Amino acid sequence: MLECRGVSKAFGAVQALYRVDFEVRSGEVMALVGDNGAGKSTLIKGIAGIYPFDEGDVRFDGAPVRIHGPRDAAGLGIEVVYQDLALADNLDVVANMFLGRERRRGGIVLDEASMERAAEETLSSLSVTTLRSVRQRVIGLSGGQRQAVAVAKSVMWNSKVVILDEPTAALGVAQTRQVLDLVRRLAEQNIGVVMISHNLHDVFECADRITVLRLGQQVAVFERAETTQQEVVHAITAGALRHVPGMADSAAVESR
Amino acid sequence: MSERETRTTPVEEETAATATRGSFVRATAEEQTLTGYSRRWLRRVRSGELGSLPIIVALIVIAVVFGVLNDTFLTERNFTNLLLQMSAVATLAIGIVFVLLIGEIDLSIAYVSAVGGVVMTLLIREGDPGWPWWLAILAAVGVTTLIGFLQSIVITKAGVPSFVVTLAGLLIWSGVVLILMTQASTTGTIRISDSVIVGIANEFLTDASGMALGAIVVIAFAVSRLQTARSRRAGGLESKPTSLIMLQIVGLAIVTFAAVYYANLDRGVPVATVILGILLVLWSFVASRTRFGRHVYAVGGNAEAARRAGIRVDRIRIWVFMINGFMAGVGGIMLASRLRSVATSSGGGDLLLNVIAAAVIGGTSLFGGVGRVTSALLGALVIASINSGMNLLGLPQGTRNVITGAVLLVAVLIDALSKRMRAAHGVA
Repeated sequence: MLECRGVSKAFGAVQALYRVDFEVRSGEVMALVGDNGAGKSTLIKGIAGIYPFDEGDVRFDGAPVRIHGPRDAAGLGIEVVYQDLALADNLDVVANMFLGRERRRGGIVLDEASMERAAEETLSSLSVTTLRSVRQRVIGLSGGQRQAVAVAKSVMWNSKVVILDEPTAALGVAQTRQVLDLVRRLAEQNIGVVMISHNLHDVFECADRITVLRLGQQVAVFERAETTQQEVVHAITAGALRHVPGMADSAAVESR
Repeated sequence: MSERETRTTPVEEETAATATRGSFVRATAEEQTLTGYSRRWLRRVRSGELGSLPIIVALIVIAVVFGVLNDTFLTERNFTNLLLQMSAVATLAIGIVFVLLIGEIDLSIAYVSAVGGVVMTLLIREGDPGWPWWLAILAAVGVTTLIGFLQSIVITKAGVPSFVVTLAGLLIWSGVVLILMTQASTTGTIRISDSVIVGIANEFLTDASGMALGAIVVIAFAVSRLQTARSRRAGGLESKPTSLIMLQIVGLAIVTFAAVYYANLDRGVPVATVILGILLVLWSFVASRTRFGRHVYAVGGNAEAARRAGIRVDRIRIWVFMINGFMAGVGGIMLASRLRSVATSSGGGDLLLNVIAAAVIGGTSLFGGVGRVTSALLGALVIASINSGMNLLGLPQGTRNVITGAVLLVAVLIDALSKRMRAAHGVA
């Protein structure tokens, strides 16, 4: 579905990403893990079109694509749910889900009824049942409810790939549970889900595959069913780097 | 209870049909009755979501206190005076509500309105250049809208806070008023002789047309509310119970007809009040029913979220300041009309503070994203009635300033305390 081949990104002298391969298939949850500074956010922002990759190809449904801005990404059906969620607290759930893409009647008046129905349908399809009303203002929602709204917002637009940045950070146990269930349901709807997480417990609970980044390089891709937390931790902290920037690839070094 | 059962039946069929939507529909079915609604309203008030409640209480207190202290305060004569005094402040406050909604401020609005009044007055002077009244009004409003545009360009493109830009604007436009006035007149005052312009704030509807207008307002309100409820129910969505809508319609009818009747006992409904009413309906519609209005709230609530949603935040800001400039022009013309003249002192005094206080007292947050256009009306009504009451009591200016300031402080305190209550109840 979405495939990055050999993408690199440098910020001045810092090589944030180096020839990274990354892939997510439709209907799977691909976890993206790695230590701080491993390049997770850089990879995500490149895919989302926040900034371009220096080199490498991005393919979408097998065809090469160029993503020059967030609008290009949205046009392909790639939606990102950032950690800060970007919801307007003073607006209700429906208004937030349709923000910037409001439906109108006769080109002028907001079609509140149709938007409300669509919002309810989307939330129900994701089995989000914790909201009292879609006309509740976001300011009154809990962290988990906000996450649910942000995720539902991202799937409203026939998205094919949804990228979640640390969806369970800052959530309690019960709410984490709800969000992880939600992530699974996204995949069941044949959406390709990328989940960045620091929490391996969460990752093992709902990911199908796990991509490990270390120092800007991709060091391993695991099938969840065939690996252990220990193995993943090892890859995160001491995974084999395939390339040393500035050197020919044949001179690749094994992990120290 | 039986009423409730019949009401829920279609909803439950709906639930059975689309079982997945059950969670929402069932929760709402309980609250679609009048008792359910009033219970929910009470709960909201207790948890700090006060809405317009404090202001209505305040208006009643003001009416009682000044009514007891002074015989003329509650007379029909003073009522129409109040309507006249309030109109310009409320008009200016509508513009300020939009500015506050996006989390900005405009300190120049009083003098911008004076520029509008002066430009209009200069253009209609007989023979020099003797423009027709409508052209002069268009020109004046055009100038103030342009001023709003220019200030917004500095704010958005140069990133200077609106506080500073409009503070500079306050000085600049007060200077412009002085320059224009001293060039055009040696006495510092220009009288307006055009009967249409003077009529804006000095003419009254006939008793019959006042009543007819009241009826139109009530019918329009009823039709719009009932239609919304019907279309929502047709779509299987939560809607207000018909009984509550009927109560609201009857309430509005009583207030409207009582006001018109009382005004008719004196000179009738002022033309300026009708203009204010039209502006209120227009801008309420823009704020609550259009995409632009939704984006205004979004920019005030979370500009970053708005930007990521593809909203052109700067463009919204520019439009809001232009709306504000436009309303300043209209308000300036109303003020000029009421005084039948403009002077070097136009736009000065406590006009600016009254306008901002009206918006804030009406319930518009200074921090952006929260407030309604109608709050301009309620706030202006409070400010005008306090001023009028103190005027009638013959209080010295110093005392009046202290009291007006205290009222503003109380309004802000109520807002802050209700926010805290909301936080304590987990709604905030």
